[in-house]
Amino acid sequence: MLEDVGFIVGTSLMFTAPLMLCALGGVLSENAGVTALGLEGMMTLGAFTAAASGNFTAGPWQAFLAAGLAGASLAALYAVATVGLGSNQVVSSIAVNFLGVGGSLFFCRVFFAGATMTPPVSLDRKIPRPLNGLFPPGSFPDLVLNQYATVYVALLLALLVWFFLSKTAAGMRIRAVGENPAAADCLGVRVGLIRSLSVVLSGAFAGFGGAAMSIALVSSFRPTLISGHGFMALAAVIAGRWKPQGALIACLLFGSSEALVVFFGDRNIPSSLLSLLPYAIALVVLAGARGTAQAPAALGLPYRRETLN
Amino acid sequence: MIRVVQVRRLFATRVDGGLISASVAIFLGLAFGALILKAAGIAPLAAYAVILKGAFGKPASVMYAIVKATPLIFTGLSIALAFRGGLFNIGAEGQFIVAALAAALTGYYLQLPAAVHVPVVFLIATAAAGLWGGIAGFLKARYGTHEVVSTIMLNWIALHLQNFVVMTTGFRKPDSEASFTIRESASITLLGEWKYSGPGQSWLQDHSVVQDLLRAPVNFGIVVAVAVALALHFILKKTTAGYTLRAIGFNRRAAAYGGIDVERGLVMTMVAAGAIAGAGGALHVMGVAKNIALLTSMEGYGFDGLAVALMGNASIAGCGVSALLLGALKYGGAKMQAVLGAPSEIIVIITGAIVFFVGIPRISRELLRARRARIGRNDA
Repeated sequence: MLEDVGFIVGTSLMFTAPLMLCALGGVLSENAGVTALGLEGMMTLGAFTAAASGNFTAGPWQAFLAAGLAGASLAALYAVATVGLGSNQVVSSIAVNFLGVGGSLFFCRVFFAGATMTPPVSLDRKIPRPLNGLFPPGSFPDLVLNQYATVYVALLLALLVWFFLSKTAAGMRIRAVGENPAAADCLGVRVGLIRSLSVVLSGAFAGFGGAAMSIALVSSFRPTLISGHGFMALAAVIAGRWKPQGALIACLLFGSSEALVVFFGDRNIPSSLLSLLPYAIALVVLAGARGTAQAPAALGLPYRRETLN
Repeated sequence: MIRVVQVRRLFATRVDGGLISASVAIFLGLAFGALILKAAGIAPLAAYAVILKGAFGKPASVMYAIVKATPLIFTGLSIALAFRGGLFNIGAEGQFIVAALAAALTGYYLQLPAAVHVPVVFLIATAAAGLWGGIAGFLKARYGTHEVVSTIMLNWIALHLQNFVVMTTGFRKPDSEASFTIRESASITLLGEWKYSGPGQSWLQDHSVVQDLLRAPVNFGIVVAVAVALALHFILKKTTAGYTLRAIGFNRRAAAYGGIDVERGLVMTMVAAGAIAGAGGALHVMGVAKNIALLTSMEGYGFDGLAVALMGNASIAGCGVSALLLGALKYGGAKMQAVLGAPSEIIVIITGAIVFFVGIPRISRELLRARRARIGRNDA
C-alpha cells in the first residue's frame, strides 16, 4: 500500500518535471505580454535535439543545454516576428509549432537514415539520478526521491523564477511590459528588448522540458513523444493564473493524472479511457479558473511606441 | 488570454491586397523551404520539381491532390468561419475526429439502403461534431474559458475517445488496430464497387484515361465541399445569422449594444464551425478511409486547416484555393522520399514558413507601399 502511494507520488513527480520546465517558459513569456502558444513546437525541437545530441557525442548535460539552445533559437525567430515586426502572435505561434514539429521530424530523417525515431541514447548519456542507491530499491523513499535530476532542476527553477519575477527589478520589468508597455516605456524600460529576452528564455525552458522527456523520462525521440505536452504546459500557466507557483500546482495535477494512467494501466481499465483523463481534468480546471481576469493586461498585443507626427 | 482584437485586426486588413500578401507569403515560404533543403544537402530545385511532377504529372495525381485537399477545405472553412465570428477554432482536429468516429459507427452498424444510409451517416456525424464544437462555445460563453485552450484539450479527448471505441470488441476488426469497414451502402466513392468488378475492370481496360483517373479514391466529397462553400458565402453575406456572426466577430461589445445575444452567437458559431469540420471527417471516412484506426498522434487535418484558413485570408474562395495548394504539396511532397530520399516533412516546414510570413502583414504592406509609391512616381 505504502509502496503504491510511493509509486504514484514518484511517477507524478517524474511526469511533472517536463511539463513544469515548459510551463515556466510560458510564465515568463506570457508575463512579458507575449502569447506562449508556440511552446509545443519549441518543446518538440528540444526533445529531438537532446536525443540527437545524446546519440552523437554529448553527455547528458551538454544534450540538455543543446535542447535549451534549440528551443531558444526557434523562440528567437518567434521574437523577431512578434516583437520586432508586430505580427499576430497566435498566427506566429502556430507557425512556430509547424516549424518545430516539422523541423524535428525532417532533421531526424536526415540524421538517422530516414527514421522519424532516434536510436535510444545509452544509459550513461541519460540524465542521471543523483540519489540512486541511497535507499533500498523499491522502498517508499526510493520510489519518491530516486528521481532523474530534471525533477529537482524543475523544482529549483520554479523557485528561482518565482523569486526572479516577484522580487527582482528585472522581474518587475518583465511584468511591467506585460501589463502596461506604454507606461513602462515612459519610464525608460526597453519594452522590445525585455519582451524579446523573455521569449527567448521561454524557448530555452521549453527546450529543457523537451529534453526532460527524451533523455530522462524515455531515452529517444519519436513523433508521438511530445504530442500535446507543450499545450498542456500552456494550460497549466493559465490555470495557474500566470504565476510560477500556480503553474506548479497545475502541473502537479496534470502530472499526477498521467501517473494514475500508468498506475491503473495494468489493472484492466482501458488505457485510452484513462489517457483522456488528464485532458478532461485540465478542461474542468480551466473552466473553473473563470476566464482571463488575471491575465497580464497587455498579453497578446503588439506594442509600438506612438510617434510624434 | 489571447485578445480577439488581434484576430480582428488581422482580418480587418483583408480588403487591401489579400491575394498579394498570400502570394508573398507563399513565395517566401518556398524560399525558406529551399534554404532548409539546401542545409540538409538536398538540391532544392530538384526537390520542387519532384513535388510539382508528383502533384500534376498525371491525371491520377491531380485527382489524388483533390482527394487530399477535400478534408482541408472543410477544416479550413470551419476555422475561417470561426475567425469571422472572432473565435480561434484550434479544435477542428477534434471535431474532425468525432465526426469520423460517428461516421464509422453509423456506417458499420446501421443497415439502410444507400439513398438513406449516406445522408443519415453524414447528418449524424456532422451533428456530433457540431455538438463537440458547441462544448467549447458553451465554455466560452458561460465560463469565459478561452476557446484556444479548451479546444486543444477537446482535441486530445476526442483522440483518446476514438481509440477507446476502436478497440471495443464487436467494432474492432480482429487482429488489427482498426475498426471494421463501413457498409457499401454508406460509401460515397465514385463507382466504388464497380471499379473492381469484372465488367468494370474490362471496361476500364479499354478506357485508360478514365482508368487512370479512377485509380485515386475519387469521391463526392469535393462536390459537397463546393456546395458547403457556396452556402457559407450566401449565409455570411445574405442572412441574419451571418450578419450576427460577423457583427460579433467585428466588435463583440458593439454587437451586444445593438441587441445581439452574443453568448448565443458564440455558441452557434462554434456549433457551425464544428459541423463544417465534422462534415470533412464524415466524408473522409465515407469516401476514402472507410474505417477508423487507432491513433497514436494527431493526423493533422485540423492543424493543416489552420494553415489553409490563414493562407486564404479567412475568405471562402481563399480557403478553397489554399486547400488545393496544400493538398497538391502534400501529395507531391510524399513522392520526394522515394525519388530523392528527401524527407517529406519539408512540406510541414514550408507550411509553417508560409503561416509565419502570413502572420507578418507588415512585410506585404511595405511591399504594397513601395509599389504604390512607384506607380505614383510613374504617373507624375
